[in-house]
Amino acid sequence: MELIFEGVKESSRFKELRGAIAVLEPINGVFYGEMVEFDIGDGSRRLGRVLEAGREAIIVQVFEGTAGISTSKAKAKFLGQPFKLGVSEEMLGRVFNGTGKPIDDYPLPTIDKEVDINGLAINPMSRDYPRDIIQTGISAIDAMNTLVRGQKLPIFSGSGLPHNEIVAQIIKQASVSGKAEKFAIVFAAMGIRFDEALFFRDVLENTANMDKVTMFLNLADDPPEERIITPRCALTLAEYLAFEKGRHVLVIIGDMTNYCESLRELSAARDEVPSRKGYPGYMYTDLASLYERCGRVKDREGSVTLIPFLTMPNMDISHPIPDLTGYITEGQIVLSRALYQKGIYPPIDLPPSLSRLMKDAIGKGRTREDHPNVANQLYASYAEVQWIRSLADIVGEEELSERDKKFLEFGEKFEKRFLSQGYDENRSLEQTLNIAWEVLSILPENQLHRLTKEQIEKYYNRD
Amino acid sequence: MRGYVWSVNGPVVIAGGLSTSPVGNQVSVGRAGLVGEIVGIRGDKAVIQVYEDTTGISPGDEIEDKGYPLSVELGPGLLGNIFDGIQRPLKDIRQACGIFVENGVQTQSLSRERMWAFTPQVREGDVVGPGHIIGEVEETSLIKHRILLPPDIKGKVLWVASEGKYRLEDIVVKIDLGSKEIALPMYHRWPVRKKRPVLKRLRPNVPLITGQRVIDFLFPVAVGGVAAIPGGFGTGKTITQHQLAKWASADIIIYIGCGERGNEITQVLEEFPELQDPRTGRPLIERTIIIANTSNMPVAAREASVYTGITMAEYFRDQGYSVALMADSTSRWAEALREIAGRLEMMPAEEGYPAYLASRLGEFYERAGYAEALSGKRGSITVIGAVSPPGGDFSEPVTMHTKRFVRTFWALDKRLAGQRHFPSINWIDSYSGYVDDLTDWWRENVKGADWGQLRTRIMALLQEADRLERVAQLIGVDALPDSQRLVIEIARLVRFGFLQQNAYSSDSFSSPEKGLKIIDLILFFYDSAKELLDVGIHVLTIIEMEEFAQIMRLKEEISNDKLEEFDRFRERLDEAFREIGAKYGVNI
Repeated sequence: MELIFEGVKESSRFKELRGAIAVLEPINGVFYGEMVEFDIGDGSRRLGRVLEAGREAIIVQVFEGTAGISTSKAKAKFLGQPFKLGVSEEMLGRVFNGTGKPIDDYPLPTIDKEVDINGLAINPMSRDYPRDIIQTGISAIDAMNTLVRGQKLPIFSGSGLPHNEIVAQIIKQASVSGKAEKFAIVFAAMGIRFDEALFFRDVLENTANMDKVTMFLNLADDPPEERIITPRCALTLAEYLAFEKGRHVLVIIGDMTNYCESLRELSAARDEVPSRKGYPGYMYTDLASLYERCGRVKDREGSVTLIPFLTMPNMDISHPIPDLTGYITEGQIVLSRALYQKGIYPPIDLPPSLSRLMKDAIGKGRTREDHPNVANQLYASYAEVQWIRSLADIVGEEELSERDKKFLEFGEKFEKRFLSQGYDENRSLEQTLNIAWEVLSILPENQLHRLTKEQIEKYYNRD
Repeated sequence: MRGYVWSVNGPVVIAGGLSTSPVGNQVSVGRAGLVGEIVGIRGDKAVIQVYEDTTGISPGDEIEDKGYPLSVELGPGLLGNIFDGIQRPLKDIRQACGIFVENGVQTQSLSRERMWAFTPQVREGDVVGPGHIIGEVEETSLIKHRILLPPDIKGKVLWVASEGKYRLEDIVVKIDLGSKEIALPMYHRWPVRKKRPVLKRLRPNVPLITGQRVIDFLFPVAVGGVAAIPGGFGTGKTITQHQLAKWASADIIIYIGCGERGNEITQVLEEFPELQDPRTGRPLIERTIIIANTSNMPVAAREASVYTGITMAEYFRDQGYSVALMADSTSRWAEALREIAGRLEMMPAEEGYPAYLASRLGEFYERAGYAEALSGKRGSITVIGAVSPPGGDFSEPVTMHTKRFVRTFWALDKRLAGQRHFPSINWIDSYSGYVDDLTDWWRENVKGADWGQLRTRIMALLQEADRLERVAQLIGVDALPDSQRLVIEIARLVRFGFLQQNAYSSDSFSSPEKGLKIIDLILFFYDSAKELLDVGIHVLTIIEMEEFAQIMRLKEEISNDKLEEFDRFRERLDEAFREIGAKYGVNI
């Protein structure tokens, strides 16, 4: 249902200013979620949004904070509409700031339409279940945690781990397969460092086609309040490109940890009751309102695939940020510092990693008929390796049985040959699966419970 | 009654002019007509929670009190349908606004156009009481929908519609209440937060057969019982819930997707029409109602979705059906309570949850049960609630409180999930309080071995193996005596060959008889192997037997209808043991 708004209203009657919150005297016609523009009095402007509209007060979140705002000079202009982003295909190839203003010295792009950045929930009846894989050329992902078009698959990393490289490798290698002309990448950076932003810009510019990439950059020194807006702008554009222009859009947003910090900061400023570790109780709902915007819908060409990345504070996967993310996303790729220090790139830690959508996207007629069982077998055997390693730590390797020694050998080879690959190495799925069989063939046949007799007959290397 | 918006903050609206409206009444907010509910009165203001996004609502906007509490429509047309948290059919929403769910969509919960073939079950002059069956409608080929008198009506039948086709709103019966007469259509409304009355509650004593061996054999739940399934993300809560929705031996399945993933609901929507009920051969969707409130749909509707679902379950129980209700996940519901309580500025208890969390959970789980309904028929509601504890930590408030109200607890284990051991139900931390009540049923209904005794043996074996493995980790497996190594190996056999079950293979549903055959075979192997050990044969000789590895694959290779193959395998196994014995010069 179309909402009818009352038009622009102005006020300078401030009651309170603190942090990112401005409280004003009530004005008629102001509504919840309305966009506000502050004229500070020195010629500059700041954006804000109505958090509470009431007969006693109006509470506004100011995106760049209230520092420098004076109650005598500033004016608030209520714009009569929720926060909207102008979208068009012309935005591809452009760089914007965290609230959607161009920062690449080119003129404003022509706008096709203006869309509320909060979006609406996709009706589950309209969704199409994702079944087409996106080949990333990374064995640990393609074989073991397959990425599917329309999926949300986050990368859980830690500070100092190469998540940027992995994301970059996915961008490079995923974009070349499939119908390139219908592809697009939307990248939203929240609170990342300048050199990281430069790295991604470099990667994107050198990948096939910069003109298919849009970037929204909110860097570490940009206002944290803006970070709440940045991913919503990115997803709004992505939805438009996917569901109205038929493109397959890969959305990369991060660092989600910075986003959640902003959420907490804002919540504290509003005196809200905190839940775990001071994060607001609605953080799950808030994150879901971002992550759930990806998917495929019936009768439309395009898709939105989402790869959020985040740095786990202290590598703690049970920290609220990765925890709530994992409950919403369809799996997760977890990086391990231990593997990275062993010199393994990409250091993807398999036991906690998972792709929930892979089961329906792989196997006979989709990838290769042995793919599901091979993945299961590798998981199970690698889990056995972990157990035997801990045993060997105590009793010593010499004391192990022949079978256990075979498993250790398998484990080493699996990490060096299968997991490890070059930053520029783009493996086909066929190559990946063949390497998998090569390492599985180290194990005795009777240890491969997850594979069928026929598959062992066909692929097991007896030499 | 009419009021106006005083202030708005997310899903909470404070209203003026409604201070005399009863708490619980449904309201319509603003020009868009957003659905809301009065949750409290403070001074001269009413506090309203709104089930839709409130962007665009402004102080002064009109609010209309509908005059009745938040209710659902109960009548033909429920089955096979998919609703949002406040019973709006998502199919109609899609027709009205396309891909997305827009605000303020007005739809009818049940179709007013569809014709139903009605057969009366009462005659003029009959005296009928609350919940009495008036007539029947064949809603799907599986379920005869019994049209019930609302639980608060009793009187004499003045007139009843003759057999024929009627629409939902057509009058099918007129009742003389004594003081006045009323005419009733095929459906009635019932407030979701009020539990429907029953004649008598009964003790559950029949197992809910789920086709999942670890549940049916180790941690069963009774028909009319309550179970919780807690687990961190990636431990397979949703897949287990889907498995139960597919295969559980209930007449009706109500699946509440509460604050979970959109794609998972879509998966159910795609799969269920194609899957067959193993007992009737009809598409599963014909016995299923889905309530979907995905994580990005409004939070207040998430809170309501659980009540909407359980009220529908009660309605079918009152018709004499056994209903299994899956709520995935109750933690999201609890979080919705927390979020709304926070916006209402209520004093938080543990982890920011409101102090009434435990009583709400208790109220919900107590609506489950096996009962004699007002209609005189016996029906049941089995509730299976998923819990998503933050960080997989079972000591958090929702898991802790849930434990107080459920009798079966399936603890999902991250470590097992990492090994791709599914269902990842941990056999040490899980429990079932129904075991003693169900032993008789197994004895009377499933031929073969003694279920209670088998269960005790497997549990003891698994516990023992668990202890020994910890010892082995310290001193090495080789340092254990052969008899103890055998225990570890047999436990592996139980884990891989029996407990582990692939949801995506032919083993997805395992009949009780098949489960019995497998476990019987494993225990036979164990007993024979022990005999060999006793005469000095080395444990490695036994576990290197070809049959040892083969047993692990039998669950996949032998289907539910070819159970005699287990007997043939058992003969081969017996033969193999004799051969080994002969080689070492002993007779067994």
